[in-house]
Order: sequence, then C-alpha cells, then structure tokens
Amino acid sequence: MAYSDKVLDHYENPRNVGTLDKNDPNVGTGMVGAPACGDVMKLMIKVNDSGIIEDAKFKTYGCGSAIASSSLVTEWLKGRTIEEAYAIKNSEIAEELALPPVKIHCSVLAEDAIKAAVADIKAKQAAKVTA
Amino acid sequence: MANIYFDHNATTALDNRVLEAMLPWMTNQAGNPTSRHVFGRSARDAVEHARAQVAEACGAYTSQVVFTSCGTEANNFAVKGIAAIKSAATARQILTSAIEHPCVTRPAIAMQQHGYVSQKIVVDANGKVDLEKFKLQLNTPTGLVSVMLANNETGVIQELGSITEMARSAGAFMHTDAVQALGKIDLNFADLNVNAMTISSHKIHGPQGAAALIVDKKMDIQPLLHGGGQEKGLRSGTENVAAIVGFGAACELAMSNRANFAAHTPALRNQLEQGLQALDVSIFGKQVARIPNTSFFAIDNIEGETLVMALDRKGYAVASGSACSSDSTEPSHVLLAMGIPADLARGAVRVSFGAHNTAAQVASFLATLNNEILRLKQLTAIAA
Repeated sequence: MAYSDKVLDHYENPRNVGTLDKNDPNVGTGMVGAPACGDVMKLMIKVNDSGIIEDAKFKTYGCGSAIASSSLVTEWLKGRTIEEAYAIKNSEIAEELALPPVKIHCSVLAEDAIKAAVADIKAKQAAKVTA
Repeated sequence: MANIYFDHNATTALDNRVLEAMLPWMTNQAGNPTSRHVFGRSARDAVEHARAQVAEACGAYTSQVVFTSCGTEANNFAVKGIAAIKSAATARQILTSAIEHPCVTRPAIAMQQHGYVSQKIVVDANGKVDLEKFKLQLNTPTGLVSVMLANNETGVIQELGSITEMARSAGAFMHTDAVQALGKIDLNFADLNVNAMTISSHKIHGPQGAAALIVDKKMDIQPLLHGGGQEKGLRSGTENVAAIVGFGAACELAMSNRANFAAHTPALRNQLEQGLQALDVSIFGKQVARIPNTSFFAIDNIEGETLVMALDRKGYAVASGSACSSDSTEPSHVLLAMGIPADLARGAVRVSFGAHNTAAQVASFLATLNNEILRLKQLTAIAA
C-alpha cells in the first residue's frame, strides 16, 4: 500500500489528538465504527453560542488512513459552523488525502463521525431549550 | 537511517554467491535445455546439477523434483493434480487445514466446480491440527489431504507423522507445503512419507521465480501445464535455467548454513520475546514447536497494520497479520482458526529473522517498538 505524503504527514504528526469534556453542554461527541469490525473513530467538537466550532479533538483506532482522515477533519472543522461541518463529504477528504480505493471507507468513517458529533450537539442544544 | 529487514518469511535477499552462479545462464551461456547444441546441452546439465542440489537439501531423489515457477504454482499443481487422480465420484473430499496459505485453499475451492468438495481441517489454540476431529473428517471418502509443515505466520510446526499416517491409511494422498521449513529445520521427503511436498527458492536467499514440487512418482499426478513435455511431462514450459541454478545454489548454501541458522535465529527470537513480555504482548504459538526464526505477536488496542507502518517509518521491515481491505480490517485467518479473538488478532505483527540479523538490531527494535506503542496508545485509546 502506497500512502500519499499527506497521509504520512497526518499520521506522523496527527493534529488535535485528545478529548474534550463530554459533559460540557457545548461539546458534541461522535463515535463511529465498531470494535468488532475494525476501525473506531471518536470525534469531539466544541461549539460556541454562534454555532461556530471552536475546537475539535479525535482519537482513532485504525490504520494510517483512518488516523489521517480524522486528523484532517479536526483541522477543517475549526472555525466552521455546524451546518458547514455537516456538509463535508467523504469525497473531499479522500481527494485531499489521495486515498486509494481500498481506503475510501476511512473517509466515509470520518464523514460519519462529523455527522454523529453534529447530531449530538444539536440534541444537547435542543435539550437545553426545552429544559 | 539504514533499514533493517525482519521479514524473511516473506522473501529473502539473493545471496551474492547465488547471483554469481546464475549470471552465466542469463548471459554468455544462455541456452534452452531442450536444444541439441552445446548451449542447450550445458543448460540441461546446469538444470540437472541444480536438481541434485535441491534433492539433497530435502531428502528426495532427483527423479522426484519437479521445478515450477513459484510456490503458488507448486501448491496448485499438487492440489489440482493430485485431486484429479481420483474421480470426483469416488473420492470427493479435499481436506486442507484452516491455516493453509491461500495458494492451497483457493485451488481446493476451485476444484469444487469439478464436483470435489473442499473442507477445512480444524486446528487447536496453538495452531496444530486437531487429530480427533481430523479422524472424523476422514470417514468421508477423501482424495487429498494438504497440511503445511510450518506455518508462515506463527511458525508453528505440525506433527506431520500422525496426520500423514491417518490420511494415507484412509486412502488419501498427502501433500505438505514445506516452503517455510526448508533451510530452517531438518527436512526429509522420504522420512515425512508424504506423497508430495512444496519448497521454494526465494525463502532461502535464492531468486524469486523458482520452486519445486517434490513428487512421489508412484502417484499418477496430473500436470497443470501441457506442452513440450519438460520435467518428464509434469511441467511443460521452457525451464527458467538461471533461477533453477540459483535455487540449487541456494539449497547448497542453506545446508551449509543450517547449523548457524539453528543456533543464531533462536537466540535473536529469545531476546525479542523476552523484551516483548515487558511490553505486555500476546505471543502466538509460543507453547509449541516453531521454526526458530519466527515470532508472531499482538499488542492490545494497537492495530497491526498501523504498527507495521509506524515501524516501517522508523526503519524496521516487519509484517502484519492483517490486511485492511475495502470495508474492514481483516484479521489473520490463521489466528481466527486458532480461536484468537478478532480484536486481538487485528493487532498481529510478525517478525521473521534471517542469519544476518544481529542482537544489536533486536535491541534497537525493542526500544523503537516501545516508543511507537506509547505514541500509538495516545492516539488510539478510545475509552480514555
């Protein structure tokens, strides 16, 4: 498997590894994949009152492409609105990292993680409004 | 940074002495062994000399050596050529162990379209054939049993004696893939009493592109390739003279290096595995006899492919037991057959030493491994 320079860069120097406080009402968590089938990705985003993502952290169990995909999206997410985040497509991730066909599923997982994190923050916000 | 090679079960570098033996047959002495002129006759002599060297290294008669282009071809030849001796109607079953290389299991499955039935032989937690279950499987008429002598991933050595005896007394032919055994442990075709055995050149510092099926000629094995009748009609096609000469030279070198290999590689493996214990790893097949150069292990919560990539970036060439494919990371079929949980199997990494590796290389590898594990755990510890 030939990895692109961008994959290797993110793999060797992953950006934004770590976690945020999952109990913070402004933090949304997206956990996707299943331990039983291989890759697992945990993405956390912190959203301010204007709906802009201020911080993003990840942890990923998986291959180099899965690590690079999650590292890349944490960079992309910061400064975007949650609507803009929700619009990120796996094809953009795959293209940026020049993922080979057998690794496209890694970018799909990263897109799923973003959508799950956004869904979580929206659920938290809705709960806050009704509370 | 000099890259360090710890992947000798995958392939080995060509020995310079082997290369020297090969060169004339690719240049000024090149000839077709079938030709009647002096170039052809000397190429024929070179092939026959290599045949004697190969036969000597594996306890066979020269007449039993059939050269092929690779181990995969020899295994296909064995499975398809032996299964076809008996009709699908009278001896339908082909039994291959659950830990065979795909070049044994895939041809067995391919024979199903001709009416044969391919079944797996169960192995135990150490990766050895479960003789009780095997015995029950032999109640079904069986044409061929194929069990590898030493596993490429774990290095575990089968007790082939009992397996062969059971298979043959049930009326089946017995084949063994001994590719990982040649040069690493004593190998004697006559003593093994199998009907066919596969060996390959590039695992013992010979060239890629040459291998052999050692065949008991009392068995009417069917050729894969029909044509000009080379290899006594069992493998038509112009001989790859240079590669065959290299295979022969590599066999002779492997025999002269056997004592050194048998002393040196277990020492390296002991050093490695003692260091691994401190890192809290699972080592597969450690309880039973293994070829001396191989260690197969997994670290909890670290994916094998990711670790292999990390070690590669630091200059160490090792193999992972898993392959990340289109929708998930497929754990090693060998480990799954041994009942190892999929999440642990996904972390499997194989180190296979050669005679040129050193204790200093193992020590620096262990230090690097420790650092990479710490780094990757930061990245991958989802629960934290």
